[in-house]
Amino acid sequence: MGWKRNRRKSGGENRSIDTNALGIGIATGAYALSFGAISVASGLSVLQTQSLSLFMFTGASQFAFVGVIGAGGGAVIAVVTALLLGARNSLYALSLGPVLTPKRKEVPYTALLTIDESTAMAFRYNASKKASRRAFFATGLSVYVFWNIGTALGSLGASALSDPGVLGLDAAIPAGFLALLWPRLTAGSSSENRKMWTVAVASAGLAMMLIPFLRPGLPVLFSALVAVAASLMWSKSSRPAGGN
Amino acid sequence: MWASILIASFGTYVEKLLGYLLPQGILERESVRRMTGLLPVSLLAALVAVQTFASDQAFLIDARILGLGVAVVALLLRAPFLVVIIAAAASTALIRWLGWMP
Repeated sequence: MGWKRNRRKSGGENRSIDTNALGIGIATGAYALSFGAISVASGLSVLQTQSLSLFMFTGASQFAFVGVIGAGGGAVIAVVTALLLGARNSLYALSLGPVLTPKRKEVPYTALLTIDESTAMAFRYNASKKASRRAFFATGLSVYVFWNIGTALGSLGASALSDPGVLGLDAAIPAGFLALLWPRLTAGSSSENRKMWTVAVASAGLAMMLIPFLRPGLPVLFSALVAVAASLMWSKSSRPAGGN
Repeated sequence: MWASILIASFGTYVEKLLGYLLPQGILERESVRRMTGLLPVSLLAALVAVQTFASDQAFLIDARILGLGVAVVALLLRAPFLVVIIAAAASTALIRWLGWMP
């Protein structure tokens, strides 16, 4: 792939990209250990768990999918929740298109590797198209490899236990979602963070109120209405009336 | 189970693919950009709440809330992901083993 070339000119930057990509890969691989364990504790087999990491390859959607299944929400709600969480990858791909300019035959694997981490790295190394491409593919591949190794170790480890609940794995699930949510609440400007917190608290509150009335999984889907309402409200107030 | 895994995997892949195939103009719509940014916040926050307090269709406070509290502290201390999760699970397991919370 493209990043093998051009070593002489920008060796220092390339090394920095590769080191960061490797570090991010190892960190998410460690996180995949818990995904593998939680997935098996939620009732999926080792092979089913691995398929999610190989083919879905987007952490939040994978966690949500097994979380809904484990809570008894059923397959349909699990699929819809995973798709709603994955919608942000469309946005990443849209904004990456002009940066990476993948050739037609590169699009299938470029798409698979389009995740939070590879997108962030592509935009972080934006000095040249080559640097962006290298950052994107090095990070994407590194995370893909370590994410799948971590998943396998976690699921095999958990399937060796007789009762994963004893290890507090049911508490690991909300902690995992919180760890995924946290950067979105703290990374922006203070006014942006305040908006994110408002949406998060309103969504959590709505979902909790709905627990007794709806079957498992549905309260989470209904909470998406908060995001829809907030985005309509805030995009209307942030520009003049009469636009399309 | 296999059918839903394949459908969900295919669907999330198509979402990624669509971004490279759709015209760029969609990005200019502020509401679209906002919504895709806010959806994960809504869904993840709701998942945190439900996975902490729901037991089937009942509202239940048990040792999971302690695990979540420990996770918040770990995140405030900028602990790495895996430490956050292990701390949450270990504290929950410990308090159950001690018999202080169900």
